[in-house]
Amino acid sequence: METELVLELPNDIRTIGHAVDYVMDRCTACCEHARKLDLNFRVGLTEALSNAMLYGNAEDPAKRVRIEVVVAGREITARITDEGSGFDPSEVPDPTTPANIVKTGGRGIFLMRSLLDEVTFNEQGNSVTLVLRLEPGDSPGDLEGGVQV
Amino acid sequence: MAFQVTKENDVTVVAVEGQLIVGNRQELKQTVLEELESGERKFVVDFDQTGYIDSSGLGVLVSLSKKIREQGGELRLASLNEDLRTLFELTKLDTLFKIADSRAEALQGL
Repeated sequence: METELVLELPNDIRTIGHAVDYVMDRCTACCEHARKLDLNFRVGLTEALSNAMLYGNAEDPAKRVRIEVVVAGREITARITDEGSGFDPSEVPDPTTPANIVKTGGRGIFLMRSLLDEVTFNEQGNSVTLVLRLEPGDSPGDLEGGVQV
Repeated sequence: MAFQVTKENDVTVVAVEGQLIVGNRQELKQTVLEELESGERKFVVDFDQTGYIDSSGLGVLVSLSKKIREQGGELRLASLNEDLRTLFELTKLDTLFKIADSRAEALQGL
């Protein structure tokens, strides 16, 4: 059984916290206390939305960001798509090198890749798909039947 | 989400309540810079009541630390929970900041 949640947000960074809270509330209904969900998915989703609004949509208030979340068993997949022209994720430098660690930006994609099990971009580079897999030990809840979102 | 500013002798303590993310990072930056411009030089950011931080929040801390050092001051961080410490360790920012287990520990020797 799969369940899906779809949201469309205005391109306003003030909506990010509320949107992430909303998605997390729906996902944690079945797996509360799962640290991997509370930390990894929450931060990954926040980073993806920030990138979409600030860089993908270039802070254009006329554009929108689409969030699609699918919960299937112990796997949560979130696809975040902006209306920008995209970018090349392979060109993002490592923010942990001595030269980059003092920079104020450039950690978003690194955090996504560090915290999620899979991070993939579409060919255009305007849509990122995040996959989080919860192991049996991650949560006291049983996700076998999926979660109603 | 809110930032509570208190003074502990000559140290400005900013408590972050809720989240430090892209949507409110400028508020923290403005709060600290106003204190810096008014002559304050010693700062502690207390994360005891903070749920999570994103990369924009980390970035504003790096920026503030740099600006405070340029003025001869110092910024310390306090009370990071296990999740927040994980973020600092992943990004290696734990090597860039003085991180104390508590506000009291951060204030010692500052």
